[in-house]
Amino acid sequence: MTVSQTSFGSHEPVLEIKDLTVKYRGDTRSTTAVDRVSFSIGTGEIFGLAGESGCGKSTIANAIMRLLRDPAEIAGGSIRFGGKDVLAMKPEELRRFRWQDVAMVFQSAMNSLNPVMTIGDQIVDIYTTHAGYTRKESLRRAAQLLELVRIDPARLRSYPHQLSGGMRQRAVIAMAVALKPSLLILDEPTTALDVVVQQEIMAQIKDLQRELGFSVLFITHDMSLMVELSHRMAVMYGGRIVETAKAKDIHGSPLHPYTQALMGAFPPLTGARVPLTGLADGVKFSNIADLREVSPGHFVSPLPVLEGAQQ
Amino acid sequence: MSSHVVAPARIDSTTTVPALEVKGLVKDFHSGGLFSRASVRALGGVDLAIRKGEIVALVGESGSGKSTLARCVARLEKPTSGRILLNGTDVLKRDRFQASREYRSQLQMVFQDPFGSLNPVHRIEHFLTRSLTLHGKAGNPAQLCSRLDGLMTTVGLTPDMLNSYPHELSGGQRQRVAIARALAVEPEVILADEPTSMLDVSVRIGILNLMRQLRDQQGISMLYITHDLASARYLADRIAVMFAGELVEEGESLDLLANPAHPYTRLLVSAVPDPARTGSYDPHERAALRTAVMESASCAFDGDPEQQCSATEPVRHRVGEPANQHWVRCHLYRPPAAAASHALSAEPLEPKLQIATEEPSTAESRTEKQAST
Repeated sequence: MTVSQTSFGSHEPVLEIKDLTVKYRGDTRSTTAVDRVSFSIGTGEIFGLAGESGCGKSTIANAIMRLLRDPAEIAGGSIRFGGKDVLAMKPEELRRFRWQDVAMVFQSAMNSLNPVMTIGDQIVDIYTTHAGYTRKESLRRAAQLLELVRIDPARLRSYPHQLSGGMRQRAVIAMAVALKPSLLILDEPTTALDVVVQQEIMAQIKDLQRELGFSVLFITHDMSLMVELSHRMAVMYGGRIVETAKAKDIHGSPLHPYTQALMGAFPPLTGARVPLTGLADGVKFSNIADLREVSPGHFVSPLPVLEGAQQ
Repeated sequence: MSSHVVAPARIDSTTTVPALEVKGLVKDFHSGGLFSRASVRALGGVDLAIRKGEIVALVGESGSGKSTLARCVARLEKPTSGRILLNGTDVLKRDRFQASREYRSQLQMVFQDPFGSLNPVHRIEHFLTRSLTLHGKAGNPAQLCSRLDGLMTTVGLTPDMLNSYPHELSGGQRQRVAIARALAVEPEVILADEPTSMLDVSVRIGILNLMRQLRDQQGISMLYITHDLASARYLADRIAVMFAGELVEEGESLDLLANPAHPYTRLLVSAVPDPARTGSYDPHERAALRTAVMESASCAFDGDPEQQCSATEPVRHRVGEPANQHWVRCHLYRPPAAAASHALSAEPLEPKLQIATEEPSTAESRTEKQAST
């Protein structure tokens, strides 16, 4: 069940980010969390964003959804969605954009359900507010939606605490695709889940993606999961993208030392037991240069001299 | 350097008693109200042995009982029945009500959450000094000082961090402090309950390497509890697979993951994302595996004259070479805990490949059915 790696690239991009810069302003100094990041996601493409905590990947997701609050500030660059400028949207446009065009599944999505409302009521809410359906019609669609993610429609009357973590996560994903958005942002959707449940959910997202044809921005630190799922991916470090290419190219021949370190941080499941080092302590990259194309579709930030990482 | 293969553990196998041995450990949790007699069986007769200087990984899903086993062995829970032998001594008989200080000096635990397991109002020095004094290993002030420095260096931290507070350290550094605290009492066995699951990816390998190094240099036995099969394979000499409170398969790490025999192990292995593998298992195969776990009708060893199958008691079949000590429980045997409440049974057994299409008539009747119920 491998995803065809060729079904992207020819379409026009759904999401286009150019030189996005996000700063967190403090009283005395400000931190640049995202520094001149550019990428685009094509129609029906799964784009992965990998990196450690603190590298700015969630900030990008929040910037796309225009969810950033003080002290965060978009200091430069542009975000275009289907030709529209997201950063210039008025509140009413933004409201429509947020669930109908782009939907997001948050990291602790299982806890983002309202504990005092049934699953059904929460899904019905989406349909009545955003799509203007009647309650009866909404319920009918809600039942279909749960079937889509293989949950028994009888669960519509359950409260979130009556479902297991995996079921809650699937319910949240179902709610995210309720209005058939053209872009789904998944911010570490399976971090809190077990391997078996994680596999089920990823398979489900793949199926849904194939059926409904939306694009996905997939954020995680699990490189092996990302390589398996995404078509194209980017690796972030310190607010900058250090490498971007097709997922299989990054897996086959990671060029940037940080990408190599991230790849080396996951022990393989086959082959001999080889000592891994991960990212050695004290190795820092600074002044990451702009990306340069080294082979078709494979962009890497050229390395000046590695500080303290010469072997 | 990277081509060098890690040598297997040097274990003095046959002669000595295991460092830690668990025999028929059962743990029931009371459930329901005050007068209810209902109980949930979290552990159903677990047998596990860890030899001196060996790292054993315990893998399984959440809810499979692996943390309960660790908590019972650490004497944080009172087991319902069974025996825990440390160097051949039955510790449940020796210290009947709670763990003695002697037991604590032989066995230590490293917890999952390094953010919660260090008191934020104390400096790092406090945690280590306290362990040393309580167990009478502090000596005079000069000795204490050198011991503290030594501990910090052992776990790969600089001695000047002794003056830091936990919030000043990163997650990886805090977990190293937690390991240093466990090491301070010079234990023979360390129980590590998911020590890397809350850490950032790039520092996980560092912690695993540290654990391996401690084993190699100080001969400490470890029980490494995780749901990450890849890291279990990387660190552990043997892997034991736990399902619904019972061990279903155990064997030498590389052999077990290369030839998983129990359907539950195969299910776990197939769920690990691995780009090097040629495609994940297809949903039909996974559904078949789930059925084989939950309502198995046949065993792979059925018909083998040397190894009789049985559905009534946990029969262990030997897999492959005896040197690998690889065994699997008879597939026919169904653990009592594998009732309808288990997470696996909640998953649909039949894969649904066709995604629901717009069929108003059936959907309508469904909503009506719901309204009437």
